[in-house]
Order: sequence, then structure tokens, then C-alpha cells
Amino acid sequence: MPAVEEIKKTTCYMCACRCGIRVHLRDGEVRYIDGNPDHPLNKGVICAKGSAGIMKQYSPARLTKPLRRKANAERGAGEFEPISWEEAFSTLAERLGNIRATDPKKFALFTGRDQMQALTGLFARQFGTPNYAAHGGFCSVNMAAGMIYTIGGSFWEFGGPDLDRAKLFVMIGTAEDHHSNPLKMAIAKFKRDGGRFVSINPVRTGYSAIADEWVPIRPGTDGALLLAFLHEIVAKGLYDREFLVRYSNAGQLVNVDEKSDEFGMFLRTEVPEEEACYDPQDKLWWDRKTNMPVVTHTPGADPYLRGEFKLADGTMVKPSFQLLQERVAEYTPEWAEGVTGVPADTIRRLAYEMGVTARDQRIELPIAWTDSWGVEHDTVTGNPVAFHAMRGLAAHSNGFQTIRALGILMSLLGTIDRPGGFRHKVPFPRPIPPCARTPNHPKAVQPNRPLDGLALGWPADPDDLFVDENGGPVRIDKGFSWEYPLSVHGLMHNVITNAWRGDPYKIDTLMIFMANMAWNSTMNAVEVRKMMNDKDEETGEYRIPFIVVCDAFQSEMTAFADLILPDTTYLERHDVMSILDRPISEFDGPVDSVRIPVVPPLGECKPFQEVLIELGSRLKLPAFVTKAGERKYRDYPDFIVNHETEPGSGIGFLAGWRGKGGEKSLRGEPNPNQWEMYAKNDCVFHYELPKSYQYMRNWNQGYLEWSQRNRITRYAEPILINIYSEVLQKFRAAAQGKGYSRKPPAHLAKRVETYFDPLPFYYDTLEGQATDKRKYPLAAITQRPMAMYHSWDSQNAWLRQIHAHNLLYVNTHTARVAGIEDNDWIWVESQWGRVKCMAKHSEAVEPGTVWTWNAIGKAAGAWNLTPDANESQKGFLLNHLISEELPGGADKVSNSDPITGQAAWFDVRVRIEKVSPGDTPITEPQFPPLKPYPGQGERKSIWNFFAGKGETK
Amino acid sequence: MHPAFSVIFLTTLIGVGQGLFLALFTVESYAAFDLLPRQSSAFYATGSVIALLFLVGGLIASFFHLGRPERAWRSATQWRTSWLSREVIVLPAFMGTVFLYGAAHWLDINPVFAQLPTGAPVNVTAVLGTIGTVLAFALFVCTGMIYACLRFLREWHTPLTVINYILLGGASGFTLAAGFAALQAPDLVRFFAGWAALITAVGLVSRGASLLRNARLKPRSTLQSAIGIKHPHIVQTTQGAMGGSFNTREFFHGGTANLLRSLKWWFLIGAFLAPMLILGLAMFEGEGDLPLLLVAFAIQYLGLLAERWYFFAQANHPQNLYYQSVA
Amino acid sequence: MTQLALVIDLNVCVGCHACVTNCKEWNTSGEAGPMVDQNPYGKDPTGTFFNRVQTFEVGEFPNTETVHFPKSCLHCEDPPCVPVCPTGASYKRKEDGIVLVDYDKCIGCKYCSWACPYGAREVDEHQKVMKKCTLCVDRIYDPKMTEEERRPACVRACPTSARLFGDIHDPESEVSLAIREAGGYQLMPEWGTSPANHYLPRRKIKLRIRHDEIERADNPLKIDGLLPKPDKAEPSLDDVTSW
Repeated sequence: MPAVEEIKKTTCYMCACRCGIRVHLRDGEVRYIDGNPDHPLNKGVICAKGSAGIMKQYSPARLTKPLRRKANAERGAGEFEPISWEEAFSTLAERLGNIRATDPKKFALFTGRDQMQALTGLFARQFGTPNYAAHGGFCSVNMAAGMIYTIGGSFWEFGGPDLDRAKLFVMIGTAEDHHSNPLKMAIAKFKRDGGRFVSINPVRTGYSAIADEWVPIRPGTDGALLLAFLHEIVAKGLYDREFLVRYSNAGQLVNVDEKSDEFGMFLRTEVPEEEACYDPQDKLWWDRKTNMPVVTHTPGADPYLRGEFKLADGTMVKPSFQLLQERVAEYTPEWAEGVTGVPADTIRRLAYEMGVTARDQRIELPIAWTDSWGVEHDTVTGNPVAFHAMRGLAAHSNGFQTIRALGILMSLLGTIDRPGGFRHKVPFPRPIPPCARTPNHPKAVQPNRPLDGLALGWPADPDDLFVDENGGPVRIDKGFSWEYPLSVHGLMHNVITNAWRGDPYKIDTLMIFMANMAWNSTMNAVEVRKMMNDKDEETGEYRIPFIVVCDAFQSEMTAFADLILPDTTYLERHDVMSILDRPISEFDGPVDSVRIPVVPPLGECKPFQEVLIELGSRLKLPAFVTKAGERKYRDYPDFIVNHETEPGSGIGFLAGWRGKGGEKSLRGEPNPNQWEMYAKNDCVFHYELPKSYQYMRNWNQGYLEWSQRNRITRYAEPILINIYSEVLQKFRAAAQGKGYSRKPPAHLAKRVETYFDPLPFYYDTLEGQATDKRKYPLAAITQRPMAMYHSWDSQNAWLRQIHAHNLLYVNTHTARVAGIEDNDWIWVESQWGRVKCMAKHSEAVEPGTVWTWNAIGKAAGAWNLTPDANESQKGFLLNHLISEELPGGADKVSNSDPITGQAAWFDVRVRIEKVSPGDTPITEPQFPPLKPYPGQGERKSIWNFFAGKGETK
Repeated sequence: MHPAFSVIFLTTLIGVGQGLFLALFTVESYAAFDLLPRQSSAFYATGSVIALLFLVGGLIASFFHLGRPERAWRSATQWRTSWLSREVIVLPAFMGTVFLYGAAHWLDINPVFAQLPTGAPVNVTAVLGTIGTVLAFALFVCTGMIYACLRFLREWHTPLTVINYILLGGASGFTLAAGFAALQAPDLVRFFAGWAALITAVGLVSRGASLLRNARLKPRSTLQSAIGIKHPHIVQTTQGAMGGSFNTREFFHGGTANLLRSLKWWFLIGAFLAPMLILGLAMFEGEGDLPLLLVAFAIQYLGLLAERWYFFAQANHPQNLYYQSVA
Repeated sequence: MTQLALVIDLNVCVGCHACVTNCKEWNTSGEAGPMVDQNPYGKDPTGTFFNRVQTFEVGEFPNTETVHFPKSCLHCEDPPCVPVCPTGASYKRKEDGIVLVDYDKCIGCKYCSWACPYGAREVDEHQKVMKKCTLCVDRIYDPKMTEEERRPACVRACPTSARLFGDIHDPESEVSLAIREAGGYQLMPEWGTSPANHYLPRRKIKLRIRHDEIERADNPLKIDGLLPKPDKAEPSLDDVTSW
């Protein structure tokens, strides 16, 4: 009988890129996965991970049954017994029900790179706990926050470089990961079109490999480089004055009277009636023509960008730009050379390349548009210099200010939402900061009530902080407290340490979805594992009493669970890439997409979404039950179709094919056939904006009103670029005891005052400040291999052949000086710990940096690999060298950016030495090997995979 | 190259078989011209059986080299282009000839066809022996050419490869013949031992010449030509597979440079110097000292195993340029 | 006469390995499959792949180029692997120049792999026959596929379009054009194997900034350099002395 071949379309999830894929099935088995040529994101291409999806689907590391830790087994030992879903649900419903009825914050829900934050966030809020976040805090929150607090948008999901029209592309600090396929496609096309590509990075791999020029830089010093670029751009007049004047706060007057309570604040003509989350047009310019202060954007006026002025009441004021110029005056290329290792001549040359290209290769498109002040423009213009940056800038404790400097550089060059520069993606740009707020007092957490506010938000001033009357944190991760005021993605990396210590309080149940907190997603993994296994001496109970882990795979983390819920793979479930979360929008308009199952779930696997809906229904969380307390949604697909953000809002998780017959977009009544319509349309909804709405969206009246009509934003007000950040100044003023808002606790005042500088500045990383660099002369960082995503893929039979273990790349000269030959076993030591690994000589790394591929090393037996697998014997985890806490404040503070709480992965300093001759050639530290769990598949020693033979059953 | 034991045994064993046959027929030829005493048919028959045993051993070893030995018959089809295919044809032809030669002697079926002007009879065994001799040399050439024809394996791509196969096979065959003679025809010991020592000595010269040649070889392919980038400093950081691949298993010997160096001296001693010494001693003794000659053969054979291992290991395949590093 | 081939553009290859695993997943369940994986979950996992991406570092810090280098069978015009095959299993197709192995004839003697200077052939350690890139011969002529699909899996997957596919004997084909215009070259030309696959070298774009381009008539410093005139009411020497 001939095999039954069929092709089903869905969305990839081998990384967070979310390409459209076609899954070819033969007799029900996955035969081939290729890119969907009709998908707007990847246009038919696919990466190494996506192509290896088959091996994820049929991996023996898959969990197939709900598992409960055996009564007599220790956490971490990996001893489990299968239970039924009913037992799992009733256990959870009872436990969580009790927590909710008494103190909802004792339930903490933290998730990894899950792409379902709209639902997990909704669940947590409905539950009433403030203790919710996804992985952003330890990923790239500095990038999101630094850019959004500056230009109202950010890289990756929310914006990116317009390489279609750029002439010069500067990539600074990417760890090869985010937005992989679209960026690869765009860079290749850019290069073919003759664009010039400069990469600034301590190591030259992946994208940097094909750069026309590689500029090696010391990790954590990008801020100094960017400030030196700003210095040159300002000094040589290579900025786009017209753009800055009209579209940024460069000309706005700042009170520079140090004695004034309003010091550092913008001068305003009037106090707005309501406190709304937009930037009212009530600030002043000093007009050059009349030599008088005028309201900004007064027709005919042209502000001074430089100078110092005295208002009628004697108040001294300066334009923001003047303050910026004063700030960057000291950041000369010669100074930056000493910090970054980049020669001053190179810095100057690159600054001129940017400035001259931006000015002399101006783009003009015949697209008419109207700005927020009613001025009609016949054309859209742009300056073709594009940037891209990610974790390389973000994962440092000085990352926020560094990224502010980048945002300002991009703005000075006049490249924000313009052709050839940076382009936003819907739902961005948003107000600076966006409107979402957390509650600002502990009373928002009440038994049996949803949280009064969002668990994550965007503070605009100290009164928005989520703190108690003493200024202490309300969240378990201390997010939105004075320690990390703008921690807009939370601090997942401190949850376990804080919960273990009971600081700020103890919790009862920690639920982790798809995050490997016992290994590569945690700093200080050795100690954190002990914390999860640590018991209260008096009660004999675990200090974190109940840990629930939902994941598709056995991992280091599942071993520490009391209850394991087996998740499905991406090929087995419904999913939405929602505009309420992080959609896959393009520059030309909003795009969202879905996953539709192509194969049935393995064993008893259940999608985590179904778990949440079931739990929400059992706990009678308002959003999941009717007024009568009856279950509202049959299942997740039903929820997606019928859930509206508010009854009758017409806004749901999916923006496409809304309205009863699918005739509406973005807003509309639920459509019972929405899934079918997505299925018929490549699982993707793409709304293309009119051309005149595609550019200058911070100040594009047409776009802003479109956005308002479709309830993407509440306000259609212009979003001026924050060259000068009044938001930061408000926190600084509070720390200086000024103003009317809350004040920080005394032990944090200095910290807030120091780092909340309204203008970008360079400081050595917190760890750098706390390290003797003669003792630890090297910076240690990781790069993400393009063929692996996080720790997920070591169970993948094909991908692990490419990266079976990792070595530490050391500059050849640096290694030889230390007497280390290629492939020698070495100790890498930081002040927090040491690991044994193999060294690899490389000419493509800055001499003061060592690096390795991220998350290849595994604990023995984890991911259902054999205990002697390369991953655990030769592969190593750099996290053992990184502490989650540093000395600071009154006691200890998180090893994070003091503004955003971004985990400072890349700050660690190390030294290397050859192992002693007798040392075993096996990586250290080692952990007792994990055994396979009940229900896991057979670990084949020879596999001749051929789809359709039925051997995966 | 990775020295495969199947091929090492194949080439050394059939070499002994070929050499032994050549030794037998040399005696018969000499005898035909009355340069040596005639031998009994049992001598030739037993000798042929021994030669056949070696040839069969080699043939069996060769099957271990094949992934799909059941299809081995297919390998005779490409004799127009493939030296391997030619070897596959010549080896059984030679074995058949040796069998007939031995059988003709054993059964004494040896009619005379003609007489040479010298009076030497041209009989069946003479014809078979001549054919066998031609085939033995053809087989040496085929075996040698299998390696010598691979032009980018420059250590092999030389006439010396073929010459060495002839000489080393011949030497080991004659050494064995000396031992055999000690058992069955002591009066031939000196003759065989003398030739064995001589061939071994010439083999030493020719193998030494190939060692000298190879030591001075400069690789024609470089990393620069392999990836097409002109720069004096190119280093591979990763070959794309960390757990190894066919390319790392088949083309690397896996031994250390030290092992390789020391093995060279051991095989020079074992395959050449020690046998020559012992053969000389045996010639000096004159009477067939069977144990001594068997020791000579055993040492020489072990030496040849080492020589053959070294022959493969020393060959540096240009593909190795692509497989130098794992990371 | 047609000679199909890949042209690989090192100028845009970022070394993502998409071609490696897409090749594997297509071919393991295709005519060339299965392609074995040994120790897929254990020590030193290894398996049959038709295509690998390697990485080389050229030059010394800081003048280093990192070169990602995909390599599969080069489908030589004069393939040294073909004549040495004793069974005729290894052959070059007249109609399109693809070098193939007939698995039913192959005896697994590995001799062809010895005869290939590029290391392009791999024995499948389970099926015990020699395997190699087929240029997806089971895709490129499949009438059930669309024209876009009738290309090798690696070519379709490649996110940077670093892999071009076509007939290098057709002077007007995309691949011939690329070879001609972008300096396409062959590997190890010293052996005269004339590989059909070609590689395109790195090409650098440089920007030259002339000094007079930095200062310009529209330099905003001409505006922002002018500070405001002082207020007439501010004190000046006029008020204090009469000389």
C-alpha cells in the first residue's frame, strides 16, 4: 500500500523566531519540515534548528506522563512516579486554591522563552499574584527598556534595521541569536546590494564573520564607544538637526537651577489636567528668531539647541541638546580607546562614516504624510545608516545607559522609523514609557481577588514603583522596587535565591514553565541547586515548599520538581503569536500567527495552555468562568476564539479574521471559524498599512490615529525621542530628596542617584567595580550557536552532532602567554567559582576576552543523554562562574543592571590556567547522573530514521 | 590513512603466496635447465598448497574490508578503469593457476608439449608456472597500482609502490620457501635463503628509497588550495561534527607521531635487517635449520605487517586538510 | 551537455548549518536514506551527513577573517572517484553531470572515498554502502513538486541564499553568471578534477571619507554654533565708565 503523504502548515518553534513551516507527513510520521514560501517572515527559508524539528519530536528526552516526586526521594535525584492528570490537577487546584484564599503572592509563576506571555500573564493576574514574569529579565530587558525609554520602540519583535534601504549597517553586541532567519536574509541581501557592514563585537563568529569590517571591543565597554561616537558626531556637526528639533526633545528647555525643586525637569507652560501616559506638548523651546521661550513646535519657531538662557523669573535653563553636548564633551575617542581597546582613529573614522553616509546619502521616497502638528510632507526622507544590537549590549550592568547612548546615536543620525534606518513594528512605537503599570502598593494583592494592576509595567516616576510604605519590594524578585526600579521584565534570575532566603518573604509554590532554572538559566547553578534542595531546620520542610515544572523535556530543572507536567512539542499544539504579547509584525504592519497541531500529542502530553485553562476554571478565576462560576472555555482554541480583553472590547489574542464572519481585522467580535481561516491562510495574518502610515510613526498623525482607532493605543499623541530622559531624572531627584514623589530607602539613595542619570554615561560594570582586574584579567562571555537554541537542543540527535560539547575560545596569544596549547584542559576561575574545560585557540577573539557557546554543557544524564555523553564530560557551563548576587546596597543586590534588573551575564571576570598534569580530562563541577524518568522513550544506540516505518511510535 | 587490518593482511598474505609460488617456479625453471636438482612432485604440490593457503587467507581477509561482501562478485566488472577490479580478476585467476600447477605436480599430469633449443622440456607445469608467474607479477602490479594510481595520495603515487609490493612480497615468499625447503628439500635452503636475502636487501633499498622520497615530499594541496583563500595563516577551528565522522575514522591512523616514528625503525629491522641476518646465518649453517628459518619468516612477516600499517598511516590524504579541528 | 552544480557564496554564509540538517532530514527519509546516526544520545554521536559546514580563521588578530565553509560532493567534471570503483556503483550521469552511487551495486569497499581528495563521501556505517550528496536528484526532477521546490533541499533552506543551483555549462545561467562576475573558483585545482561546485570569495565594501566631506555648507554647527545674543538689559561697560 503506498504511503499516505500530506503537508500541513504551522509555525516553527525551534527558536523564538517563529518562521512559517510546512510539515510533510508520511503515514503520520514527520518526514520533512521546510520553510513556507508564502510566509512573510521567512519566505521559505529555514534554519538548522527548524530543519532538525523531527529529532525534537521523536526525542527520548520527551516527558510523556505527569510525574510526582517519590515520597522518599530527595529533590534533584530525579526519582518520580507517574500519576494521572486528574491527580495532578486536583493536587494543584487544592494547593493553589488555598494559597489564593489566603495570600496569593505565595504562588509564583515564572516562565522561560514561552511565547505565551499574554496567557500566562493573564492567569497570574487573575490568580492575584504579583509574582509573575517571563525570562526577559535575564535575557535582554536592557535592550527593550533602554530603547523604549528613549525612542518608544526596540529591536527584534518591535523594530529593527531597514536593511532593504540602508547603505551602512553597524551591528554592535549581538550574541548571534535574536531574529535569526529574517536577519540572515536581510544581511545577505544588504551585502549583495553593495551595503557596507561593520560589526563591533569581542568575537568574530556568525554574522560578524561576513562583516566588511570587524571592530573587536572589550566586553561591557560598548557604552564608552557609543559615547565617543556621539562626541564626534556632535563635535563635527554630523547630526540631523532638522530631525532632532522636530522629533526629539533636543530643543526642550531643562531647568538647570540646582537649588530648584524642579532641577533637571523640563520647563512646562501648564500642568496637565489628568496624568495620562503620553507626553503633553507643553514644553518650551528658546526660539532663535524671536530670542524668546515659545511652546515647542510653535509654527515658524526654530529652537536653539545650544546655549544657556534665563527665564523671566530668573530660572536658568538649557536645551537638552546642550546638556548632551556637555556630557559627551569629555568622551573623546582617545579616552574611549583606553576603555574599549578600539583605536581612536577607528572610532573617528566610523563616526564619520555614519555621519557622512547619513547626511550625504539621504533617501527620499514619494510618500506623502502628515505629522502630529498638522504639517503635510510630500515625501518621506531617511538617512541610510542602520544599527542592530542585542544581548551583547544588554547583558551588562551598565547596559541600560549603553543602550540609551545607542538610541541617542541613532536619533542624532536621524534614523528613527525612517527608510534605511531603524523601523518600528506594530504595536510599537508606544508612549515613553508605555502605559502599562504595576500596582504601586502592596494592598493590590488580596485573597481571592485578581491583582489590581499588571504584574509587569513601565514606571514613569517613583510613585509607580511596586513597593510598600517603607519602600520595600512587593514582588518576590524585588522587581519595580528601588533596587531595580525599571525592571520591566522582572528578575527571574533572583526568584529562587530570594524565595529560599525568604527575602522579602517566603513563598509556597513555585511554578516554572520551560525554563532550566537548575542549570543554564540560572547564575551560580551549584548553589541554586542546593537552595532548591534545602530544608528548613525547624520544620524539616523544603524552604521552597512546592515546585511545579511544566516542560516537554527531561532536564536539570525537572529533577528538582515535586510535580512535573508534560508539555507538548510545537508540532502537537495550538499556539498564538499574539499582538498582546510579542507578535511577528513586519515594518509594513501588524502580523500575528498561530500554530495548529500537525501530529497528535505523544503519550499523555498536554499543552501548558490547556493546563492553565483547566486550572483557571477549577480555581474559578474570573476570566475563565462565567458569572455563575461555570467553566467558560472548552479548551485553549475555544479560549482564543472567544476571549476578549473586556466583554465586548472586540480585542482578543488574535487580530486576524475577527467579526462574526471573519470580515474584520484587529478588532471585532469573536469569529467561531477563526482557526480555520488562519489554517487556510498559512497560519498567519498580515495587515499591510497604507504606505503613508509606514514611516515616522512616532509623529505620524495618520498612523497614530489608525492605531488609536484600532485600540492599539489609547492616545494619538506624538512620541518625542527622549534625548534627555526626564523619567530617569525623576528617580534621581527623588534619591536627592527632591520633588513630591516617594523617596528611596536611605541605603539605596546613592545607588539610584548615581545610575539614574538623565543623560547616558559610562561606568564600569558593577562586577568590574568589585573585581581586582589584575587577578581576573579576562572577560568571559557566551555566544549562541546558530544551530542550537538555549539548552533545548542537546536532546536533538542531529544538532548535538554539530555541537556535542563546548570549548573555551581563547585568543591564541593570550593562551600561549599562559602556557596553554590548543585543546589543553584548563581551569577557568572567577571570584565566585571555577570550572574545568578545554581551551581552543582563536584569532577571532579580542585578547582580553574568552568565550564559549552558550548552554551546550549539561549535567550528566540530563536531557536523557547517556551519563558519558560529551555534553557532561567535556562540555561545561559558564554559569558556574557567575554569581546571582553582588555586594551592594545594605546587603547584597542582584548581579544586574541597577536600573532595569537585567541579569549581567557578561560582566564576569576570570583567569585561566592549565590543569595540573594529574587532573582527569573531565569537566568539573560534576553532579550525580540523572536516570531516565518513567514514560521516557528508548535511547537508541543506532538510529536509521526513515519516516513512515512506524518506528517512532 | 587509517590502516585497516583487513587490507594489511590481504596484501601481506597474498604477497607471501605470490612470492612462494615464484620461488617454487624458479626452482622448477632452474631445474629444467639443470641448474638445480629436480624436486619431487610432492615438493611442488605441497609448496603450492602452502602458497594457496596464504592466498586464501588473503582473500578471506579482503572480505572483511567490504561493507557488502555478498556483492563482491560485482567488483570484477570495471576492469577497464579500476585497478581494484583488475586485482579482483587477477587474484582468483592466479589462485586457480597455482591450484592447477600444484595439482598437475601432485597428479603427475605433466605431458611435454615441446622442447626448448636447450633441451629443456616445455611441459604442462612449465606452461602453468609461466602463466602463474605472469599472473603473480600482474597481481603485484594490480595491488601496487591500487595505491599508486591515487595521484593525490602522494606517498603512494610512485613506481616505488609497485616495486615495493613486488620486492616485499617476493622477499617474504622466498624466506618462507627457505623454511619450506628446510622441511622438504634441504639442498635448496641455501638457494632460497640467498635469494630471499638478496630480494630483502633490494627491498630495503627500494623501501628505503620510498621512505626518503616521502620524507622529502611537500604536500601539493594546502589549506589555501583546499578552501581557495590565499593567506599564509589559516587555521581550522571546527570541522562541523564533534563526535567524529567517516572522514575522521577512515583517513587518520589515530596513532601518535612517536608511534609512527618508532614503528618505522621496527619495521626496517623486522622486515629487512633481522631476516637478512638470520637468512645469512642460515646460509652459513647450510643445513636446513627449520626453526631458525621459520623465525626468520615470522619476524619478516610481522615486520611486513608493521610496514604495511606504516604504509597506510604515512599516507596523508588531502581530505585531512578539512578535518583538523573540533570545537 | 548539462552540468548541474552548487555555487556557494562565502561572502554571505554565516555558518548557520541550515543546509546541513535540512539535507539530512530530506535525504534520510528519501531515496538516499535512511542515513544512520550512531550514539545519537551518547558519547561521540556520529552519523551520515552529505553536507557539513566548517569554520576557518584566516589571518591573525586583529586582522582575522572567520570563514564558514560548507562542503558537500563537488560533482567533479572529471571525478576521480568514478573510474576507481570496481563495481560501477559510482557513476557520473551523462544527462546532468551528477555523480551518484548506486546503492544496490556498492560493495562498501570505500575505495572511491580514498580517491576523492575532498572527503566528500561517507560510508553509511549501518547500510554499509558509500553515500554522498545527490544534488537531491529525487527532488529536482519530481513532477509532483513546484518549480520552486525542484531545487536541492540545502539551497531552499539557506537563509542567506548563499547556495545557488544550476547548470554551469549554460553560460547564461544564474550560477555561470555568479562564477563569472563574482570570481567563482574551484577547490584544489591542482588535481585537475574540475569540480562542478564553485565557491564565491569574500568581497569587501569600503567607504572612503574625504576630509572635506565632513565639513559642509549644511553643517548644523553653523546654526548651533551661534549662541544667543546677550540681553540688551544685561550690564555692560557702557554703564560703568565714561573714559
